[in-house]
Amino acid sequence: MKHWLRRQRYLADFTLAALARRRVKNTGLIVIYSIIVFVLASAMMFSAALRHEAGTVLAKSPELIVQQLVMGRHEMIPGSEIEKLAGIRGVAAVKGRLWGYFYDSVNGANYTFMVPDDDSYDLQPGEAILGEGIGKARDFTWDTAPLFVTSLAGKMVKFTVRETFADDSALLTADLVLISEADFRSFFDLPPDVYTDIGVSIRNEREIGTIVQKAQLVMPNARFVTRSDIERTYQRLFDWREGLMTALAAAGVLAFAIFAAEKASGLSAEEAREIGILKAIGWDTGDVIAMKLWEGGLISFGAFLAGTVFAYIHVFSFQAGLFEPILKGWAVIYPDFALAPYIDGLQLATLFAITVIPYTAATLVPIWRAATADPDQVMR
Amino acid sequence: MIFQTPILALLLISALSSVVMLWAGWFALRLLLRWDLASGSRAQLEMERATDLVSTLFGFVMLAQLLSLLLYVFNADRMATLFVGAMCAVGTLNNNDWGFPTLYAKLAIFFVATMWLILDRADRTGHDYPLTRVKFALVLLIVPLVLAAGASELTYFLNLQADVITSCCSTEFTADTEDAGLGSDMSSLAPATALWLLAASGAAVALIGAVSLIWKRGTMLFAAAGAVFFVVALTAIISVISPYVYEHPTHHCPFCILKPEYNYFGYVLYVPLFLGTAFALGAGLLQPFRKVESLAATLPARIRKQVALSLASFVVFGLVVLWTIWQSQLILFG
Repeated sequence: MKHWLRRQRYLADFTLAALARRRVKNTGLIVIYSIIVFVLASAMMFSAALRHEAGTVLAKSPELIVQQLVMGRHEMIPGSEIEKLAGIRGVAAVKGRLWGYFYDSVNGANYTFMVPDDDSYDLQPGEAILGEGIGKARDFTWDTAPLFVTSLAGKMVKFTVRETFADDSALLTADLVLISEADFRSFFDLPPDVYTDIGVSIRNEREIGTIVQKAQLVMPNARFVTRSDIERTYQRLFDWREGLMTALAAAGVLAFAIFAAEKASGLSAEEAREIGILKAIGWDTGDVIAMKLWEGGLISFGAFLAGTVFAYIHVFSFQAGLFEPILKGWAVIYPDFALAPYIDGLQLATLFAITVIPYTAATLVPIWRAATADPDQVMR
Repeated sequence: MIFQTPILALLLISALSSVVMLWAGWFALRLLLRWDLASGSRAQLEMERATDLVSTLFGFVMLAQLLSLLLYVFNADRMATLFVGAMCAVGTLNNNDWGFPTLYAKLAIFFVATMWLILDRADRTGHDYPLTRVKFALVLLIVPLVLAAGASELTYFLNLQADVITSCCSTEFTADTEDAGLGSDMSSLAPATALWLLAASGAAVALIGAVSLIWKRGTMLFAAAGAVFFVVALTAIISVISPYVYEHPTHHCPFCILKPEYNYFGYVLYVPLFLGTAFALGAGLLQPFRKVESLAATLPARIRKQVALSLASFVVFGLVVLWTIWQSQLILFG
């Protein structure tokens, strides 16, 4: 064991010195390799962070959302349904929710109007709490400038802005307008006792399926969306976008593998001479292969490390500026949010598999070819 | 579903391994037909050189497959959120008929490829490559295994259905389910029996290993004991060790222990067990060749080293098990 370790140490030592001697050639290789790792790692970290964000956000939403359907389209749900749902055993709380979209013809943006679930906001009629994106879209001259909007009936309504949401919740609140229930009903001209949908909290997660079954019997016209359904959809969406990026990058990986194979097989005269001398002084094929594997390993390690670290900085310090349009989507009011750093072992293992393995595979045959050449042949 | 980065990575590994193995198989066929060390012909010299390439490629395939095994289980665990009813890797693997066969094939490749590399290293110490034919005959057996694993993996991923209601580990590894499979048989074994069996087979392995180390006999028996110990240990993990990790008397899943919630504890448990078994099998594999002339000087020492490594790995496994039971808040006995 000790002998083996010592041999590997000398080989690594020798290889590092050899790499340093051909600095220009190897730097070029490492730079290109790092760029490949960087592109893939950025895409993967970005979508993993989005997935993580979606999961965290959804953790606070009710376990089940019930929507009324008429001819397959979403319709307002009457308040009488709340009691039906509350009667089902295992349901902890049922709450009618009021929210809707409003198209602002002034700037072409869509706002989300909502009555807060939480009574602690204690909004009075005429008051509103705004998301930070709305002030920007409306060019507010000061933070709590009053918001004037024209309701569908053509009435101009003024809301005094009590406060603006802080930037750190932008993902959820960028386009949000919180108003009181009375304002909401008069603004959208809604009859009393109807709701957009109903949020149902369920105490035991394993009972959700049974509760949905029971509720379907009571409310045959309703659509039931569970939190895990929404979570799954988001997961799948981000996975798919990430997979698409990876598949596109596959062309780059392939080109890089060809480049690496080419580079490894086209031995420079100096390298060939070096291998010839090594073999002449008693190295056997296995030693030369081990040396070359060390070379590939060190290059891979350096490039993998550099690519991953730069991708981390790119995604979590610069919000992935380069890939944002592809992975995030767009809108008039777009939340400006910082992602919470989130990496797991699966990501790193996957990244390793799709970058280091093609490189290694591409260089193995050239390595062997170089190592088995006769010393007199290469030196001549 | 195939557009997921880990799945793309797994398919890439399978495709590369299959290409490499197809070439290795073709080379093995030529070698078995024409290998003649006495000949100095060009073809023979080229073949001797190419054996180096095959060894290197094999090492590469084995490392890639090891990574793919970890990635496969890890990915199955993460994808569980995408399927109704699945809560860990078991649910994902049960999504269609190909999930578990792929896992078993990957495990088999891990063991067989390790065996091959052990044989290869031994062969290289002899000046006349005495085991070359055996080695390449074995390659012909491994090729179909790698191809089958690749095909099974592809079928599995292509047929993943999001709307199939799959089963959770709590139903799969429960003592008295209706559709009793191997999993439920293993978990229905009484915890005390499982622990006694584990202790007894552990003691047997240690004893036979000691005999093999001191008196240099019984190595084949040691390999067999190692294999038996592997099966007993897996049964014990499902029946009694997992509940200790979860601190929950009815949660038997052998996959959940790999999750971050349990600090990836499963890896500490599985890695020494797998290594110990691989070394034990390797020792048994080398045993018949210790009389080969060019290996007679080095092979017995090499075999003893394998036995020692195997015993050391099993001891680590045993210590991990004892530690698990000692620090767990769960009281199953007394």
